[in-house]
Amino acid sequence: MNPRFLAAGDAALVVEYGEIIDAALIEAVQQLDRRLAAAALPGVIETVPSFRSLMVHYDPLITSRAELIQAIEALDTGSAAAGVEPGRPWRLPVCYDHAFAPDLADVATATGLAPDAVTATHAANPFTVAVVGFLPGCPFMAELPPAFNLSRRTTPRTRVPAGSVAVAQKLSVIYPAESPGGWHLIGNCPIPLFDARWERPALLAPADTVRFQPIDTAEHARILAAVRQGEYDPRRECVDQAAAT
Amino acid sequence: MSGLRVDRPGLSTTVQDRGRAGHQRYGVPVSGALDPLALRLANALVGNAPCTAALEILALGPTLTVEADSVRLALVGSEVGLKIDGTDIPAGRSATASRGARIAIGGFTDAASCILAIEGGFALVPCMGSLSTYARGGFGGFEGRALKAGDLLPLARAAATPGPERRAPPIDYGRGPIRVVLGPQETWFEPASIDRFFAEPYMITAEADRMGMRLEGAKLDHARGFNIVSDGIAHGHIQVPGTGQPIVLLADRQTVGGYPKIGAVIGADLPRLGRMRPGDTIRFVRIEVAAAEAARRSQEAAFATLLKAIGPVIVVPTTEQLLRTNLIDGVVSA
Repeated sequence: MNPRFLAAGDAALVVEYGEIIDAALIEAVQQLDRRLAAAALPGVIETVPSFRSLMVHYDPLITSRAELIQAIEALDTGSAAAGVEPGRPWRLPVCYDHAFAPDLADVATATGLAPDAVTATHAANPFTVAVVGFLPGCPFMAELPPAFNLSRRTTPRTRVPAGSVAVAQKLSVIYPAESPGGWHLIGNCPIPLFDARWERPALLAPADTVRFQPIDTAEHARILAAVRQGEYDPRRECVDQAAAT
Repeated sequence: MSGLRVDRPGLSTTVQDRGRAGHQRYGVPVSGALDPLALRLANALVGNAPCTAALEILALGPTLTVEADSVRLALVGSEVGLKIDGTDIPAGRSATASRGARIAIGGFTDAASCILAIEGGFALVPCMGSLSTYARGGFGGFEGRALKAGDLLPLARAAATPGPERRAPPIDYGRGPIRVVLGPQETWFEPASIDRFFAEPYMITAEADRMGMRLEGAKLDHARGFNIVSDGIAHGHIQVPGTGQPIVLLADRQTVGGYPKIGAVIGADLPRLGRMRPGDTIRFVRIEVAAAEAARRSQEAAFATLLKAIGPVIVVPTTEQLLRTNLIDGVVSA
């Protein structure tokens, strides 16, 4: 897949694979991200993967847009980078109880599915984290079946509770903290997704894979209480413990 | 513990360094000083490494009491300067205050922000490799927030290093229109709107903070709607939501966003932009990336020359001091 190189000032460069949300584009972005990490090009400060492009932040006192494009084009012919960690697999608890799912009926209507089928589809869906953004640690996960290609709510909520699991645009998201938000809420995940004190501050990173484990309200309350007591390390939800530590 | 006691916090005083790069992939903003040139010069005046964390002051400064044997400090970025126990210390030079001294910085309107650097910096634990405060996220700097009355800001040094105070010539922030590189979504705008963006003045509205500044001026028309699939945001990026009024994104900008970005302010003009205030008018001019990179290199060279021009403060004795001095002894002993 041949990318386009777009400008983003004189200290960042956009490597764009397309303009839509699509699993193949997400994969292309993440492969380039891994190749760039392995290449450790001089002057590259950091890379930020998103759905259809990779932003490369660079120091123009060390390198230049022209040099970087040349180096990236040379990389792009190679295979996936060896020695760079791929995404980590996660299994995250979610409670779909109606108390946490004010928009479940609307989503059922819009998708033409029964409410139980909406949550069952969500719980069975294999997700890949495409972007972490909007709020620190907030994962945007692809990709739900075509029926879930929903617009955002006409009127965004001013307060979406922390942990809310929401859907729109064939994606699912978990709000790591209370914030305004326009997505459709169908559940709640009681575990912390961001902690500035962790070595990797966000639980989830681009390229991680996620499956949801349905839990009942009692289990949700138990986990939430443990989190508040500081007795719950969410990193244990990583299926591959060697990768989590 | 040596520290600075906050008597009055000012409007918004936060600990900032050059920012926390490397965590944008986790949705963590870079933050850092709005005026990085002021940060580097203030640090140089007190003998610090250029990236040492300092206090960034917005619009109205704090009042602090020295709870250390002594501290050397320097204010850069506004002509407001500082007062030590009522004595004026001009901007752009260091001074030393002893235990119990009252340091006061008033209100200022010649820049949005200024920097107060302290020799040795602060005894604070970095968060994700940086001491920059990100107040929206509640982390970094001093307890993840702006200073409050009663805080004791811990200092790394108990006393100032003996030696002369230093002064520097003023920083040249450049002049003329703010230079902008188009992209990545310039094709999302009507060509006439791109011409308008570079032809018309834009005013900075009251909605301006460390995250960004909303501008008001000629409306920009989108050619293909105003919802893009979210992509990365760079420092100085100018996004245009459905209102058609641009928003320039600054130090505490979000890492990705879903509005089309017409272009980005170049690195060499970001310190000047970061100093602008609500009510100020901006004009933009188009520049290509290679020229922007060259502008950044020449700004860096000019700044290196400025740092070399730092020299000792020459103390001119007052008439009273001269009269008290026994000049005759000096003549005899010679």
